[in-house]
Amino acid sequence: MSERISTPFIKLSKREGMKPAVIWSIRIGSILFAFILGMIPLMMAGANPFASYGIIISGSLSKKFVIQQTIKRAIPLLGCALAIAPCFKMKFWNIGAEGQITMGAIFASAIAIWSGPNVPRFVLLILMLIAGIIGGAIWGFIPGFFKAKYNTNETLFTLMMNYIAIGIVKYLQGGPWEGRQGTQIIPMFNKNARLPNVWGVYCGWIIVLVMVVLVHIYMNFTKQGYEVSVIGDSLNTARYAGMNVGWVMMRTMILSGAIAGVVGWMLVSGANGTLNSDVAGGVGFTSITVAWLSQLNAFAMILIAMILAIIGKGSATLQTRLNVPSSVADIISGILLFCMLGCEFFINYRMSFNFKAITAKFHKEAK
Amino acid sequence: MQNPNNCAIELRNIRKTFGSVVANDGINLKINKGEILCLLGENGSGKTTLMNMLSGIYQPDSGEILKDGKQISIRSPKDSYAYSIGMIHQHYHLVDVFTAAQNIILGLDEKLNLSLVNDRVKEICDKYGFDIDPKKKVYDMSVSQKQTIEIVKTLYRGAEILILDEPTAVLTPQETDKLFKVLRNMKADGKAIVLITHKLAEVLDVSDKVAILRKGKYIGTVNTKESTAQSLTDMMVGHAVTLNINRPLYENPKDRLVINGLTVFDGEGVKRLDDVTFSMKGGEILGVAGVAGSGQRELLEAITGLYPIKNGSILFKGDNGDKELVGKTPRQIREIGVGMGFVPEDRLGMGLVGSMGMTKNMMLRSWKQGKSVFVNKKSPETLAKHVWDELEVVTPSTAFPVRRMSGGNIQKVLVGREIASAPPVLLTAYAVRGLDINTSYAIYNLLTEQKMKGAAVMYVGEELDVLLELCDRILVLCGGKVSGIVDARHTTKEEIGFMMTTVGGKK
Repeated sequence: MSERISTPFIKLSKREGMKPAVIWSIRIGSILFAFILGMIPLMMAGANPFASYGIIISGSLSKKFVIQQTIKRAIPLLGCALAIAPCFKMKFWNIGAEGQITMGAIFASAIAIWSGPNVPRFVLLILMLIAGIIGGAIWGFIPGFFKAKYNTNETLFTLMMNYIAIGIVKYLQGGPWEGRQGTQIIPMFNKNARLPNVWGVYCGWIIVLVMVVLVHIYMNFTKQGYEVSVIGDSLNTARYAGMNVGWVMMRTMILSGAIAGVVGWMLVSGANGTLNSDVAGGVGFTSITVAWLSQLNAFAMILIAMILAIIGKGSATLQTRLNVPSSVADIISGILLFCMLGCEFFINYRMSFNFKAITAKFHKEAK
Repeated sequence: MQNPNNCAIELRNIRKTFGSVVANDGINLKINKGEILCLLGENGSGKTTLMNMLSGIYQPDSGEILKDGKQISIRSPKDSYAYSIGMIHQHYHLVDVFTAAQNIILGLDEKLNLSLVNDRVKEICDKYGFDIDPKKKVYDMSVSQKQTIEIVKTLYRGAEILILDEPTAVLTPQETDKLFKVLRNMKADGKAIVLITHKLAEVLDVSDKVAILRKGKYIGTVNTKESTAQSLTDMMVGHAVTLNINRPLYENPKDRLVINGLTVFDGEGVKRLDDVTFSMKGGEILGVAGVAGSGQRELLEAITGLYPIKNGSILFKGDNGDKELVGKTPRQIREIGVGMGFVPEDRLGMGLVGSMGMTKNMMLRSWKQGKSVFVNKKSPETLAKHVWDELEVVTPSTAFPVRRMSGGNIQKVLVGREIASAPPVLLTAYAVRGLDINTSYAIYNLLTEQKMKGAAVMYVGEELDVLLELCDRILVLCGGKVSGIVDARHTTKEEIGFMMTTVGGKK
């Protein structure tokens, strides 16, 4: 027989029935491995990797103030991951969370800007929240409607909707809502339109934690959540079971947009205190990473959102302290994504090494 | 023949496990040149797994594969071709928009010279009696033509050992005869052929030897000449199975579903059902015979509200008066109180959710019940456990994804759910396709049980022998038209066969 065909060194086989403890230790191991790999770009940037990691950790977790900053970063990531989870479960690739956040932010800001200073704080915030939900929901409904009725490609559609939303903010910034002429800035909202702080961070963190529980319940225990999972598996089965597929798609996109709208509301009234075109700031995309890494598990999203926030905040500190470009954070996040998705391979497959074949080959070469 | 050592490939003591499931254990098999070997076994007995190890899709955990007396290892389909092994899978892997010839050379590292390819394909076809046009696009082809391409594809790559996984499941009797003729030609040419099948009649008809697997274990190889349907069945299932299907008579069946002038068109505007008129009676199994694609799927989906109807009426005669079903969605049909069980042909693609366990699959029928926004998991869980016990479904738990179960168990889950609510109308499409004898009989019994409870049962089937023994009346479809309705107790296979190909069945 030809040389090309020889005994395999490594054999892969599917495996089942791994203990959850083992599965989670593999996943945690992959995170550690990612940080080891992450040392390479740090060294290439001329920094001591251990010191760098130290700075990332201390820069994001050491003091009360920086912890607050880190949590502030994690809030929209988590909220937005919750927003896209139902869509992704349905295999509806909504990459328009960015636009849905922005739309929610615009609607909430409209209420803040138009209301006089005399509206009570609680009423105003609730009105802004409702407006934010409506704004996000409309932006989610439109691609959902076109997908359900005309089977348009939702990926392109939602992506394009992002730019429209951002364009609208730019128009408002330079036009009707501009503060001092020529600044292109919308002035800060009055105090009543700002979310109160709890333990030093705007209270959005409580809201997203509540949403984690709600989304978890929605996905796992409600009829609507069941519809979403069936559609994600097979459209024909959903029709067979008497589900109105088109309506479920629209409804899920409305829900997804609404949650993104809540995030938009929190960003303008909590984090920023005003609206600008960078309000979503890439959260809509980064949260896709969060949703995937947590395998659409709402509770796992808390952890993943925190990890990404720590890397992001920490590397900003790294830039000021060691002059390492903060884009190193993106590289490390990428490595993390790669390792964590890659480790699923080892969870699903068993590798066995054929040492006999390896030594045989070794002997042959030695001769 | 020329070679004194006639063995093309030999398997010795092969073992293969998937997690904790032992799919193959202690398999010894000799595949000889110039011989047709049938691989026979119940569902989940490991036939396909075994052959996938020859085609490089799986690797054995232990054991040896020998070719020409030398041990080999097959790591990929490419290796498999290098050892001149070709496998024709149950599901074809063809590119629809390519021609036959383009599909045949797909993946080969050779210079693209289509006219040369066309010539070589023609040559192969002439040699063995295939009938395909190399320039025809796949989307224009029938199932049997697609199968032919798959076979020619392996021959083009120089296959000396051909493995066919249930090739006749999708063919008409005439096409099957044609296939067998070709297989005999290839055998005469010294090729080694392995046939995986469930149909005993075919085994006896075409094979030289039969190798039997049972529950992943090798039982033995016998010469076809020396065996009978009964002896093979005994080896396969381990104990004698009565080949008679029990067919009790229900007293005084009444019309339950009256279908009148049903006409439907598909998305391309092709008429799929043409003025179909018949009735289903409570306490009766109505068989539906016909060549694949004669409108069986459309008929079932139209009745269940899944297929758009152009013309006609479907009248449900219930205890609370008559109800018209045309123009209603599946949910509306259920809401007006018409209980309908439907076992669709595509089990995982339509009847079940592959990634979910038994419990959540039971929920597919009941999820909407009640006013609560939450799903009720308790009663589906009870039902799942009931089906698990009653139908002896093999699964580690009610949460185990049904996709990972064997075909027979998947079907048990589906049928179990559909009959659970004792629906007055039960529609089944190819309910025993791909199932072993034991499971098939279990399904027949379940359907008969429903019939004796007064349900109107429809059994769309492909094996005429079964239709003749199981059903009370048989409706024969031909090209979307009703070719005739006959009494199953007083008809012959020939009569039905003729009606399948000619509307009205008159000579």
